[in-house]
Amino acid sequence: MLTSTRRHVLSATAALAVPALLPRSAIAQRRPSELKVGISTFLSGPASVFGVPGRNAADLLIEQMNRAGGIGGVPVRSIVIDEAPGVDFLLGECRRLVQNEGVDAMLASISSGSCLAVAPLAEQLRMPTILWDCGTQRIFEEASYRYAVRTQANAVPEIVAPLLYLAKVRPDFRTLAVVNQDYAWGRDSWAIWKAAMDAVKPGVRVVAELFPRFGATDFSTEITRLLALRPDVIFSTSWGGELDTFIRQAAERRLFERSTFVLPLAESSLERVGKTLPEGVIVGARGDHWFLHPTAKDTPLLRDFVQSYRSRFNLYPIYPTFHMAQALFALKAAYEKAIAANGGTWPSREQLMDTLRGLEFDHLTGRMKIREDGQGLEPMLIGMTKHVPEYPFPVIDRMVLFPPELTMNPIGTKGLDWVRLLTPAAVQRAPAEIPYRA
Amino acid sequence: MMPRATIVALLGTVGILAAAALAPWLKFVLTVALAKGLAVMGILLLLRAGQVSFGHALYLSIGAYTVAFLRPAVPDLLVLLPLAAAVALGVGLVIGLFVARYRDIFFGMLNLAFSMVFHSLLEKLYAITKGTDGIRVFRPTVAGFALERLPYEWAVLGLALLLALGLGWLAARFLVSPLGQALVAIKTRETRLEFAGVSARRVLLVAYAASAALGGLAGALLACTTLHVTPHLAYWTQSGELVFIAILGGGGSILGPYLGSVVYELVRVYAAAALPDAWQMVLGAVLLGIILFASRGLWGLYEDLVMRGWRRA
Repeated sequence: MLTSTRRHVLSATAALAVPALLPRSAIAQRRPSELKVGISTFLSGPASVFGVPGRNAADLLIEQMNRAGGIGGVPVRSIVIDEAPGVDFLLGECRRLVQNEGVDAMLASISSGSCLAVAPLAEQLRMPTILWDCGTQRIFEEASYRYAVRTQANAVPEIVAPLLYLAKVRPDFRTLAVVNQDYAWGRDSWAIWKAAMDAVKPGVRVVAELFPRFGATDFSTEITRLLALRPDVIFSTSWGGELDTFIRQAAERRLFERSTFVLPLAESSLERVGKTLPEGVIVGARGDHWFLHPTAKDTPLLRDFVQSYRSRFNLYPIYPTFHMAQALFALKAAYEKAIAANGGTWPSREQLMDTLRGLEFDHLTGRMKIREDGQGLEPMLIGMTKHVPEYPFPVIDRMVLFPPELTMNPIGTKGLDWVRLLTPAAVQRAPAEIPYRA
Repeated sequence: MMPRATIVALLGTVGILAAAALAPWLKFVLTVALAKGLAVMGILLLLRAGQVSFGHALYLSIGAYTVAFLRPAVPDLLVLLPLAAAVALGVGLVIGLFVARYRDIFFGMLNLAFSMVFHSLLEKLYAITKGTDGIRVFRPTVAGFALERLPYEWAVLGLALLLALGLGWLAARFLVSPLGQALVAIKTRETRLEFAGVSARRVLLVAYAASAALGGLAGALLACTTLHVTPHLAYWTQSGELVFIAILGGGGSILGPYLGSVVYELVRVYAAAALPDAWQMVLGAVLLGIILFASRGLWGLYEDLVMRGWRRA
């Protein structure tokens, strides 16, 4: 406590003295002795099932990056903050990182609410910010930001892709029930699915819309109703502990034998639920993230990452670790491209942001692009669970990699309006299935 | 005692302004702390009557959402704040009619129930409240001036300080008034109060409504500081936080809530900076330490250490 007090007094004195003399862009162009990156993530609470793997991935990747010379020759240091206590605390922490610690870039937030609050603050503080995991499409649809980009897809393709997959592998379904967590993501994802389903496959009857409370630990009422209603398809975008419990309780009562399940976030639960989750369940991973990715599985980049992640944390990497990798790789690629374009001098914040827009960069599972509006474009991997002897949990078989052109709304359109314009023909345009290979 | 409290209040004001000037990022943290201090002062009024509300986040969120909903129609901070306080006061009067009939654990739990109902409504009425994602509040004008970020932050901090000083003074006057003394009587022996011809229910209702208005004002200040409101503000952990701060600060003086909330926010920030994985444990240890070694809170500690010293000297 004492040292940080001294530090902030010192830095405050410096901050008071320096900006008065120099324009800010001039400061930004000095090559720093280290590149400080602030990371906000869930370190506590239910969403820490994503937040902690994300932080772990950041630690691992930054260590590897620094061993290889850092970003543009500058070592990277991360400062992690917990977003669990709510927006007022998170915004205070972001200010601390920017104004006291002097971070050069922020990787912000898992919760969409956090991102919606942080992006305007980034704008005010002129802080280069990469939204590394949050999914709401509202961010770049309702406002435009100079200092914020997102290095992954958003809720629209994350929901449209499993729908197209379902329509492709089970074109005959007539009835559907939804079991989503009762909060923004649960409601948003259902709104997108419903609108898109009415366009792609009109006439499907929704027999139940169940929204158990966020944080529920018992789904017996919902399961009883679903057993009685016998829908062809059960759709759920739940995640974390709730999805695990729902899967276990549904398996116990043999709900999987009656209905086809569509679980767009289940990749992150596979290792935890193990083979309790039967074969033939449609699962997704909020992007093309899987440690046995069909096209990237044997690339040294992914293989080494999976190996070192496993040996360090004794778990297989799940989608937030891939999202974290995308954010860090994008940051590195943007800095290095901007440095090269600058003739070797360190870029200003504005140059960095201009480079991030339209940037194409390599990451663990391929190459992706950030659109002009700041939205990232990545393919969606959807597949079906299969039990194999090599792993104690289900693997993903019959994988389809949906390209962004098929599932993401273009710039300037609203996702929810755009999905209504989809046609049954979209299902036919889906790429071919790729089977699981050991 | 009174003039000494004034000296401490003025010293605290200078300290807060100095800290905010030296470390710009602390401005935000201190504004949040002062806003929460206002709400905790409301808790303190009820604590005087021996009642603990586990649901005062209700008024915090009512104030914050009033600002969020009215901001498009009412652009000025100086209008939004009283409006938020008025809405919270209205709701507090209505709910107070029910809860003022109950005491102790029933009082606490009933408040908790009301706040959780409101929390669920904020989450469930998705089309209106945008659910857990929350509503963005655009920076309001201050007395008609559209301020840039920095002057705006100073303006809100200054306003929060003025409100804390003014309302703190008012609350201190209230507590020594006959009505304030009647509150203490509810705690010691309610029957005697009734025999003296004073309606305990009405006394508690007045204190409850005042604490609701303070909560609403605090919520409005929070909304104008963070510029984004989420239903998390109504969640029971927020109510718990207010009670936590009240215990931390101590109920002995009107300065306790502010002392408590400033220390709470600073401990949280520094704990989160030093131990991002275990900051909750640090907070817990601080509270345990206070309960075990200074049951009258930080203010009690201050009285023991400083006032006794003054008396001796």
